[in-house]
Amino acid sequence: MHTALLLEMAAGAFPERTAVGSPRGGVTFEELAARARAGGAWLDEQDAVTVVFIGLNSATLPTLLFASAEIGKPFAPLNYRLPDEDLRRLLARTAPSIAIVDDDMIGRVEDVPGVLLAERSNFERACADPKYRSAPPPDADHDIAVLLFTSGTTGEPKVAVLRHRHLAAYVTSTVEFMHAEEDEAALVCVPPYHIAGVAAGLTATYAGRRSVYLPTFTPEAWVELAAAEQVTQAMLVPTMLGRILSVLEARGEWLPHLRSISYGGGRMPQQVVERAMALLPQVDFVNGYGLTETSSTVAVLTPDDHRAAMASSEPAVRRRLGSVGRPLPAVELEIRGPNGEVLPSGQSGEVYVRGEQISGEYLHKKVIQDDGWFATNDAGWMDEAGYLFVEGRLDDVIVRGGENISPGEIEDVLRQHPQVADVAVFGVPDNEWGERVACVVVAKGARPSTDDLAGLVKSKLRSTRMPEVWAFRDALPYNDTGKLLRRQLRAEMSAAEPATVGAAR
Amino acid sequence: MQLTPGSRWKSAVCSTEVVVVKGPKAEVALECGGQAMIAHAAAKPEGQKPAEAFSAGTQPGKRFADEDTGLEVLCTKGGQGSLAIDGRAITPKEAKKLPASD
Repeated sequence: MHTALLLEMAAGAFPERTAVGSPRGGVTFEELAARARAGGAWLDEQDAVTVVFIGLNSATLPTLLFASAEIGKPFAPLNYRLPDEDLRRLLARTAPSIAIVDDDMIGRVEDVPGVLLAERSNFERACADPKYRSAPPPDADHDIAVLLFTSGTTGEPKVAVLRHRHLAAYVTSTVEFMHAEEDEAALVCVPPYHIAGVAAGLTATYAGRRSVYLPTFTPEAWVELAAAEQVTQAMLVPTMLGRILSVLEARGEWLPHLRSISYGGGRMPQQVVERAMALLPQVDFVNGYGLTETSSTVAVLTPDDHRAAMASSEPAVRRRLGSVGRPLPAVELEIRGPNGEVLPSGQSGEVYVRGEQISGEYLHKKVIQDDGWFATNDAGWMDEAGYLFVEGRLDDVIVRGGENISPGEIEDVLRQHPQVADVAVFGVPDNEWGERVACVVVAKGARPSTDDLAGLVKSKLRSTRMPEVWAFRDALPYNDTGKLLRRQLRAEMSAAEPATVGAAR
Repeated sequence: MQLTPGSRWKSAVCSTEVVVVKGPKAEVALECGGQAMIAHAAAKPEGQKPAEAFSAGTQPGKRFADEDTGLEVLCTKGGQGSLAIDGRAITPKEAKKLPASD
């Protein structure tokens, strides 16, 4: 089944409900379906295989997503924040394509071979044009739904392929059709080129929930939009939540309509979750773990899991606040060792997943196994009750003298220090041990002494976890979707002279 | 009838529509309201009503997975008839509600 059918169903069941925007003046599900059909008919006239989007979040995003689905052309949102040269290089890889571009960005991407350009306002006009709105339904093959470029922190970005069947399976197995209450509204603030942004458009539609789009994220704008639109739920990446909490505290604004916050897309420091739960007691928190290649979420830590962990004095239950919860009912999950053997609970290995939503495929390269299992390249382990603890990318695990060390575990301890605002732990090459543990700290106020920090680590963790290289910086490098760029730090620190490392800024 | 994944079917006797999620292991007849369903694009016969035994109704969003035949369908539009495979009524899967995560 294809994803445009999800919108057709919503428009059939609740035509008058607001799909996107404010309850007054927003776009209803019926209107969204009519726009998507018209937009699809217009796109179908263009001499292009792929439909690209370059621009900020707006109501155009779901329209374009469903319009592309309608006519069976892959939808490829690109990262407009990239430098022009990189953006143009990615765009060239989508040819033959048509790119719908925010009007004020079009100058950045002109004259790329094989790429037609249209301003976003032009596309919106076509969606309102009676000629296209009365076009007969297309007779299309529906195969590839979405192409997403990975963030490319390790090299040239790869293109993840999500087929209609993957996304439709994800939506229909996780969302109950039209179960949203009439007053529910989701605030979408992850960028259009993030899997969570794509998934949000699909799941909100199937649930019958209104969405409001934040053009570009700042914590102030987020809080203002959430208050003005009486937003009931939102998905955030880790760097966003802490910043939002600070704005809420400073303003004394507690968003009484807010019922649920989900977070994912990277490791969320446990302290931030605890702070959020204390500041917003009426809010349900959900941790969703997934990858682009898995059509978004494959495991969730539910609101009840959060509360049970928070209230427990049992360390094994309490620590589940730092887990990503348990696999979705339609997803199988295993932890495997280096030779592919399935590991028992408590042992760390690589996270494998299987299910109908798992694509595990890049353009020109399928990495999913014939039996359907996909190796996530994430390291993790499961506890006795099946809660998954993700330790980070497999490449980020520090291997010191044959022992695997998870950076996140050490970071969590260091964050408990009152003078630590942020911290990154990673491995640097070591002639004797293979790798040794390095650590970069962002101080909160006065810089803490390394003896003090070492004492904290020593009191909580085994001696092999003790960082041997310490450095202080004003800020850590993150990409724009909140992923810590550990590799960048590792490269910088590995290049630095050992003698100067301790004082590096 | 060719119940291939992605193919769409409608009831001959009410407004019910379905999409096939997974095809059956062997050919079967998918019925609604006691009569074989027809292709989505086909013309619908007039004046038909669901048979009494198959008139419990369908609701959009309900998923049916039949263990015996392997056939899985999703109801995309509701109606007065109810679904059956080769004359045997089928019931929808219980929905499991998950918290929204994106």
